[in-house]
Amino acid sequence: MDLSFGSEYETFRTEVRDFITNNRENAPSSRSNPADAKQWQKTLIENGYTARTIPEAYGGFGAKPDIIRSRIIAEEFADSGIQGGMGGQGISMLVPTLLEVGSEAQKLEFVKPTIEGDMVWCQGYSEPGAGSDLASLRTNAVMDGDDWVINGQKIWTSTAHLADWIFCLVRTEPDAKKHHGISFLLFSMDTPGIEIRPLVDMTGVANFNEVFFTDVRVPAHQIVGNRGQGWQVANAILSHERDMLGNPDAALSRFNSLIDLMQKETIAGEKAINHPVFRDRLMQLQGRIMAMRFNDMRILSSRLNEGQDASLARMIVKLQGTELRHDLEGLAIDVLGELGLAYGDNDYTRNNGTWQSQYMYQLGLIIGGGTSQIQKNIISERGLEMPREPRPAQ
Amino acid sequence: MEFGLSQEQTLLQDSVNRFLNDQVSLDEVRKVAAADKDDKAIWQGLTELGIPALIIPEDKGGVGLGAVEAAIVAELLGYHATPSPFISSAIMAPVALAGKRDDLVANIAAGTCRVGIAFGEAIAAKDKAGVTASNNKLSGLSLFALDIDADYYLVATNDQQLYLVTANAVKRNNMATIDLTRTTCELVFNESEAELISTDTEDFNRALDIGRIMLAADTLGAGQNMIDQAVSYAKEREQFDRPIASFQAVKHMCAEMAAGLEPCRSMVWYAAHAYDNLPEETRLTTCHTKAHISEVGKFVAKTSTEVHGGMGFTDLVGLHYWFKRIGFNRQLLGSPELLRQQAAQLQGLAA
Repeated sequence: MDLSFGSEYETFRTEVRDFITNNRENAPSSRSNPADAKQWQKTLIENGYTARTIPEAYGGFGAKPDIIRSRIIAEEFADSGIQGGMGGQGISMLVPTLLEVGSEAQKLEFVKPTIEGDMVWCQGYSEPGAGSDLASLRTNAVMDGDDWVINGQKIWTSTAHLADWIFCLVRTEPDAKKHHGISFLLFSMDTPGIEIRPLVDMTGVANFNEVFFTDVRVPAHQIVGNRGQGWQVANAILSHERDMLGNPDAALSRFNSLIDLMQKETIAGEKAINHPVFRDRLMQLQGRIMAMRFNDMRILSSRLNEGQDASLARMIVKLQGTELRHDLEGLAIDVLGELGLAYGDNDYTRNNGTWQSQYMYQLGLIIGGGTSQIQKNIISERGLEMPREPRPAQ
Repeated sequence: MEFGLSQEQTLLQDSVNRFLNDQVSLDEVRKVAAADKDDKAIWQGLTELGIPALIIPEDKGGVGLGAVEAAIVAELLGYHATPSPFISSAIMAPVALAGKRDDLVANIAAGTCRVGIAFGEAIAAKDKAGVTASNNKLSGLSLFALDIDADYYLVATNDQQLYLVTANAVKRNNMATIDLTRTTCELVFNESEAELISTDTEDFNRALDIGRIMLAADTLGAGQNMIDQAVSYAKEREQFDRPIASFQAVKHMCAEMAAGLEPCRSMVWYAAHAYDNLPEETRLTTCHTKAHISEVGKFVAKTSTEVHGGMGFTDLVGLHYWFKRIGFNRQLLGSPELLRQQAAQLQGLAA
């Protein structure tokens, strides 16, 4: 057991802290305009604090991969509360995929504008009839001259209304088996024939959209990988997505807000923290967060040290992490009692109503990105080597 | 940065596991549980492997390893539902007796002496129990003291002072519990001669901390065994012309057990590492580790039994030995609610 990162890394940590101190006033806030946010992103790339391992030829900083340096950057930016590198599905999901399986021309065309924030992407995967069984998707593309012609519908497309481009799974080989008939296409959201309809969810906000395609024409070369390989291309990205969901650091920061809340709020004149049942529930959550943080350390360690197996530890993060967050937000609402019901334009809301909105939004994350039930299939089949459910005879 | 077992730790794990696989079959456990034999032969075997000497410093006749190694052994003992005085005699007693009775510590390491633990009254006294000291004499009653076969008992008084008594200075009565793989006893003190070991409650707390980590590790191992048994039974057992392991209802129960228990492994490692290296984190981490693993263990014990269906409820499969062991570990040295209360106090969140 050696939980330190070593002196070389502590020096690096100091560098990151100094950068943050010296540049704090340039960091954008939620009220900043898009130009400031893009300028900040460029500064971060130039200093290696985002797009760190992306080659310089594609607009990145060009450092060799180093998990610990990346972790230190993430920790220091999170601790300081200032804006780190931009996220979003283009940067965190498409770019790694292009770097792995994209053509040289695609890397040169798309990576730089994406990481600099000039090109915003959305993801076109799920369909009304293809959720957990994503490979049964039916949006189709047929070749006509030098173009694909796309017809169909996508759903759960977050940021579709803000996106410049979409990376999209479509069926191009209708006669092949379902996993082998899919292709991965990139196209502009300005292409004629695309209609976006906001999908209002239980939080009262349209966090997602439906996207309809009617005879959308896309040049043939805008495919990643070969025809029929889209499923393999997409799967590389899905593992990136699952690693983002259930992150215990986010739960910890939310837990600290919950402690603050319980020390401030009163129930019949007595502080909520002094209520033994609520306090016990708070401590139960702290124990669960602790377990997930140590689990996360084990996963990090397994990536640094050859021969350490943490595959099961990794498989359970999405399931455990999202359920934990949902329970955490729910405790805050229970502590607040009727005040916890206050929502929207109400002077009595606490933390801007985020306990309620997050309680609902986190339920969405339990379902999205592979439902909890799909996670349990994965854990039992891949982690515990239990047999798959037999398919009914055709 | 390395958060995992070293090569040496893996070797220790392998050798103890090999011994337990060979020597502590379910049949052996049954014999001890039925009082057809005691745990002395098993303890003798573990002594030959150096287990009682594990955390005792080399200059005191020990092996000089730390809490992580102790947790590795405790996990394996739980995995095999092993009858042994490991937690009391090999771990808690040497921690408290170091520098006070090094002669006894050397005897523990050599396997010629067993020291039981009577801490319950200093944590949360039950019924009419309670221990007081006056002029190096103990009076009162201690319940569920660990190890009926001990030569000495390390006793914590109501105000957390530590005393050592010889077994023949007290009246000792067996206390039957659900868990027949470990023994507990009632100790009746009547002006019993005792030797003061420490009035510093930190000495009591250090012994308690490591005992709690060991109980958590024991539950981790016992829980892992119950998951392994459930998965393997589900793959063999057929109903409706297919293994029940192919039904999602059954698979999801197994996945939930694994998802709950897997982070507990990291938690035990961290708590044990903190015990030796991160004093400011030890107590809070220990409280949460034992509390959290007790909750997960309770869920695993119930769920694994359910996966086995009616067979899980019988004595034939013997699954209940692990069920009861997990139940025993949960209550001993502080139940989850008491531990969470302490966790809140340590952070200034409770009076």
